[in-house]
Formats: sequence, C-alpha cells, structure tokens
Amino acid sequence: MSTELLHRIQFGFTISFHFIFPPMSLGLGLLLIVFGVQAVRTDDPKWRQLAMFWTKIYGLIFSMGVATGLVQEFQFGTNWSEYSRYVGNIFGSLLAAEGIFAFMLEGGFLGLMLAGGRRLGNKLWLFATTMVVLGATFSATWIIMANSWMQTPQGYELRNEGRGTQAFMSSFREVVFTPSFGPRFWHTIVAAWMVGCSLVMSVAAYYLLRRRHEDLAKTMMRVALPLFTVLAVLQVTVFGANQATEVATHQPEKLAAIEGVYQTGDCVPMTIFGRTDPSTQTTQGLQIPCLLSILVGKSPSTTVQGLDDFPTDDWANASVVFQTYHLMINLGMAFVAIGGLGCLLWAWKRRLWTQRWLLWIMVGSIGLTQLATLSGWWTAELGRQPWIVWQLLRTEDAFSPNVTTAQVAASLAMFAVLYAIVFGVFLVLLNRLIQAGPPDPPTEEEVQALPDTWGAAFQHRSRVSDGSR
Amino acid sequence: MNLETLWFVLYVGIIAGYVILDGFDLGVGILSPFVARTDRDHRMLLNAIGPVWDGNEVWLVLGGGALFAAFPVVYASLFSGFYLAMMLVLLVLILRTIAIEFRSHRESPRWRATWDWFFFASSLGITLLLGVALGNVIRGIPLDSSGQVTLKLVDLLNPYSLAVGVTAVAMLGLHGGIFLTLKVDGELRGRIERLVPRLMVAFFVLMTVLVVWTLLLRTEVTATYRDRVWIAAFPVLALVSTVVAWRLIRAGRFLPAFGASALTIALLMATVAAGMYPVMLPSSIDSSYDLTVHNSASAPETLTVMTVIAVIGIPFVLLYTAGVYYFFRGRVVLDDHGY
Repeated sequence: MSTELLHRIQFGFTISFHFIFPPMSLGLGLLLIVFGVQAVRTDDPKWRQLAMFWTKIYGLIFSMGVATGLVQEFQFGTNWSEYSRYVGNIFGSLLAAEGIFAFMLEGGFLGLMLAGGRRLGNKLWLFATTMVVLGATFSATWIIMANSWMQTPQGYELRNEGRGTQAFMSSFREVVFTPSFGPRFWHTIVAAWMVGCSLVMSVAAYYLLRRRHEDLAKTMMRVALPLFTVLAVLQVTVFGANQATEVATHQPEKLAAIEGVYQTGDCVPMTIFGRTDPSTQTTQGLQIPCLLSILVGKSPSTTVQGLDDFPTDDWANASVVFQTYHLMINLGMAFVAIGGLGCLLWAWKRRLWTQRWLLWIMVGSIGLTQLATLSGWWTAELGRQPWIVWQLLRTEDAFSPNVTTAQVAASLAMFAVLYAIVFGVFLVLLNRLIQAGPPDPPTEEEVQALPDTWGAAFQHRSRVSDGSR
Repeated sequence: MNLETLWFVLYVGIIAGYVILDGFDLGVGILSPFVARTDRDHRMLLNAIGPVWDGNEVWLVLGGGALFAAFPVVYASLFSGFYLAMMLVLLVLILRTIAIEFRSHRESPRWRATWDWFFFASSLGITLLLGVALGNVIRGIPLDSSGQVTLKLVDLLNPYSLAVGVTAVAMLGLHGGIFLTLKVDGELRGRIERLVPRLMVAFFVLMTVLVVWTLLLRTEVTATYRDRVWIAAFPVLALVSTVVAWRLIRAGRFLPAFGASALTIALLMATVAAGMYPVMLPSSIDSSYDLTVHNSASAPETLTVMTVIAVIGIPFVLLYTAGVYYFFRGRVVLDDHGY
C-alpha cells in the first residue's frame, strides 16, 4: 500500500470519527437554546429539567469533539507538511481565527454552562449556553471557510520565495468568501441541526416505546419533530439543491463523477440509485430522463459536461463518490418522509404516540442522520480528488515526504485501536445517561435561590450541598 | 518591530499562556497519586480543575493554529519531523480527556482507580513529551537544506532533552501544587502544603542545572546573551520571581505565590525565546539551514490580517477567561454535579 494512501486513510478515518461529534453539538445546542428560552418564558419546571438532562449529554459529546478535533489540527503538520507549507499563509490563518474567535468562546463558557445546574438561574444559564453554541457555530463557519477555499480557491497568488511555490494571500475577503462558501455553510449547518433534532427525537421515541418519562418525551418530540421536518424539507428543496448547483458551476468534473455522467450531452438523466461501471464507463440504475439537465440549467436541452470532457488524470473515483452521494440524497428524501409522516400522525389525533414501528424508526434516526452527514462529507472530499486544493495542488504532492510508511502504519493502527475503545466507552456512557433519564425537576425555591444577574452571580459563593456521589 | 517579530512575540506569549494555564491542571494530574488517598480526594482534584481545564487546553490549539498561520514552514518541519512524538502527544491528550470525563460516570472503585491512573500517566506524559520536544528544539534538530527533518523517536531521547522534560515535570508539579492549596481543604490541603516546598527545591535545583547545561551546550545562545545584554533581564527577573515565590510559600500566602509561579514560567519562556531569536528551529547539520522568523514567516499580507484578528479577538479572550476564573474562585465544594 502506498504511503500516500495510508496518509489519506488515516486522515479520512480520524476526521470521519471527529465529525460524528460536532454536528451533534451544533444541533443539540440549538435545542438547548429552545429549552432555555422556554424555561425563561414559562414557569414550567420541565424545561429546566430537560435543559439539565441534555446538558449532561452535551458535555459528554463536547469533550469527545475536543479530544478528536485536536488530532485534526496536528495532522496538517504531521501528515501533510507539504500541504501546510504550500497553503499555510491562507489555510493556517483561518484555523488560527477559528481558535481565537470560536474555541476560546466555547471553552470559556462551557464550564459555566455545565456547572449551571447548581450555580446559575435560567437567564444566565441561557446566556452561557448561547455563547457556547455561538462559539460552536463560529467554529463551523471558519472550518467551512477553510474547506471551501480548498474546493474553490481564490484570493491567492503563487510565488516562490525560496521555499518552493507557495500560495500567498492577495485578498482576505476573497479567501473567506469563496463562491462555494455560502451554499456549503448552509448545507452543513442545516444538516448539523437535523442531526441534533434526530438525537432528541430518537431518545424521546425510545422513552415512549419503553413508557418512561412519557410527558417529557412528548415535550421533546413536540420540539424536535416539527423542527426536524421543516429542516429536512428545506435541506432537500433549498440548501441541498443550492449546493448541487454550486458544484455544477464551479466543479463540473466533480458533478460528473458524483452523478455518474461519463458522456457529455443534453437531456442527461438523473440516476436515483444504481452503480457506475468504470470499465465500460456507464451508469446503470433507476434513472429519470433529462432531470439532471433540468436541475443544472432549468431546461432539458442544457448540456451537462461528462467526465469525457476532462483528462482522466483529473477524475475522482466515480464508483465510490457516486455511491456516497446517492446514499446522502436518498437518506435526505427518507428524512422528509419520516418527519412528514411523524407530523401527520401527530396531527391526526396524536396517533404518533402509539405507532410503535415509526417510533422505532425514529430511535434509529440518529444513526441515519449521522450516516447522511458522513456520506455528504465523503462526497465533498473524495469528489475533490485527485486534488487537495482544487486544480492547484495534488494530494500526491501534499503529504510529508520525511515520514516513513511504517510510521504512518503505526499511527494508523494506534488511532484504530484508540478510537475503537473510545467509541465503545462513549456509547456505554451515553446509554447510561439516557437510561438514567432526566433528573428530578428543581423546586421553585431552588431555582429562585440561584443568581440570575451577573452582579449576583459574581458575588455568589458556592452553595454548600455536600457530596453524595 | 516588524510583523514577523511581533508574531514571534505573540506566539511565545500564547505558548507561555498555555504552559501557565494548562500547566497547573497538568500539575494537578502529576501530583494526584502522591496527594490523593480517597475517592473524595480525587474528586476534589478533578473538580478543582473541572470548569477550566478544557478552556486551558484550547491555548494549545491556539498555539498550533498561530504557528501554522504565522510560521507555516516551522509548523510543517517541526510537526512532520517529530511525527511519532506528536502522535504520542495526541494519544496522551485524548487519554487524559477521556480519563477526566469518564471517571465520574461509574461508582466502581476499579473503574475509578483505572481512570485515576490514566489521569496521572497522561498528565505526566504530556508534560514530559512537550518538555522533551522543547529540549530538542533548543538543542537543534537535523534540518536539511530543504527544511526537512528526518528523525527517529529514540533520537529525541537525548540526556539534555530528557533533563528539560524532567524539569518541566517539577515546574508544573509545583505550579499545580500551589494552585491546589487555593482550591482544596482539610487533610488533603495539609499534604499538598507540605509537598510544595519540596517541589520548589527540586524545581530550583533542576532549573539551575539546566541553565548551566544550556549555556555550555548551546554556545550560540550564550553568544546571543553576550551580544544583547539587555535580554539578560529575563533570566534575572525569573530568578527574582522564583525567590519571591519561595518567600510567599514560606509565608503561606498562596494566591500571590501562584501569581509569582505563573510569572516565573512566562519569564523562563521569554528567556529561551530571547536567547534563540531570530532562530525558531536551529539545524544541527548547518546553521545556514536554521529556520528563522525571517525565512519561514508568512507574507506581510497574512500577518497583517492575523494581527487584526488578534487585536479584535485577544481582548475578548482575556476578558472572559478572567471572568470564568473569577466566577469559579474559592474552594471546591463537592455536589452531584461536576466530576
């Protein structure tokens, strides 16, 4: 196996594992804000109860995201040193901005948010949580900016100042707002919100099936299900479609690979599912005639460029990205169906609460949304190949030449074992938190006694309640 | 001051911030098996660092990002050159996060004892590894003319670098010990207060040896200090600050002692940086291959943007870091939230 491939497998594996967690933090964070707002607006203690329950889970997920995220920042230097040299001026500054603006905000307020149950009133807790979620969203913004620059680079100039060719920044504005940034940002953020909603939905459905915490479960479902459904519909009709159009405009050979279009032509069909055959350069499966042409150019006569328009050296691995892309699309459609059906059954005399088969599907929805976000990223990243920076730097020229194959193999083995253990323990702990269920609701006096203005909070001394754990 | 030098100073500042802040929580981990006897003791230690350790670790992320952005060539050469060592750093960083987070999830003594051991070993491991890495950077690494480093893991384990690692352990153990005297109570506090002066002696002896060793080993550093005499203010002030810390500890005034310990760390980082400047990575093959702030910095366009980002961002960072520390001031009270 080539060293380049080992580097790619290691990066792909570690970033895929990392990417399980940030979408859950982003999406769950949105719902925590909803719970927090409701706790402030109404006197019902169930909102604070829900907020504290999900905060514990948030803390677990967040720490996993931090631990695995640090790996990613190091790996640009350890495994992709030539890439780092080449783009450090641009890519590095976006990562540094992420550190200053996003991580510091998250890290600063996370402690307040997690300790909030015993230390902060509803308003202050909501403020701390909003800051953490804002930090997470900034983080997503900067990292998507950085990744979008790799997809559609601009605002740079190539010079050789004695260390080989490097990309230097010529316009910061162009670097951060590349043409793919807007569509990719909304597509990713909406996907992350859907992941968060599906996490809450799946726990709510599980409680309903097990007849535990039923009132709280129904409340969770009433918040998460409609939001999930609206987002799913918008994702398919607006944000996902925008993203596809953007790829068609700026990365036509990527579109050709993910749609499995080998021959340029008009009235190009869209494949719903099927397979591509690289040897015959054909795509078979369920196809809707002319649909791809219509989607790309609003008319059946639109010409769609096939892979044959591009040098074979520049082709992505169509048989892989075709599958990851279609997996994502079909899951997206399934989410509309699951959400829509759930909403209808709820509206129809609350029949949702007794439809066990649908509740079981909802329990599994967190796995499906995770699979969808992962396959979406695989499509974006594998579809960019053979380039690490689109049409600027090839992946084969980007890895660290001074790291031996044996070293990468050793580190890859280390990550495989480490992450397997970590993931196993994570699942066990997540399950324990879910099985333990929401804590008892705080009494009104308890909530009243907590400081809810900054002045009071900073004068407040730790309330004594001696350790019982 | 030109932009490159400004970013060198900022970078050293971020690293100093990391060592001061994450340093005390690493120190808590290093001391844990020697001071904590009961489950309650271990929980006191974890809750003492609980609300802040995550934020402290972010300074390392920031350090990585700032190096990548401002000195991409150094970032690329250093991280790929120290490949396996960096992978070990990642391993222990993850194990430490997991140990802190997972410990409190189960009551079983065996579960907790296992994670307590991981917390200790990973805190020690991070400190040693980063210390050894710094030692190698001071000593020089085999950078070739194209800026590539080819090293084996065992090459890093030379006596000088190991000495830097051991000194770092003593320094952070001391720093974490002083921090704990402010945070815990009872017998646990008594044990820590008795340990701190001994750590101080160990740190002082090790640091003195290390300074002499550095001056003998790195004649370039010695020459730099001869040429720019004013930078000798950093080591002199570090010595003064150490003596002040010692007197404050003897007087039982631990809050100002913690401040003095933090200042000592910052001054020691400045001592190293000033002695090496403008070199960031010295080459042991040929000094003309050295990576300096001038030949490996990003272009002025990038550094200007970065400076704007830093000017906007850093005041906020300092403001809410200070706010969070103030909010969580005072001794730890255990309840069923937290660790």
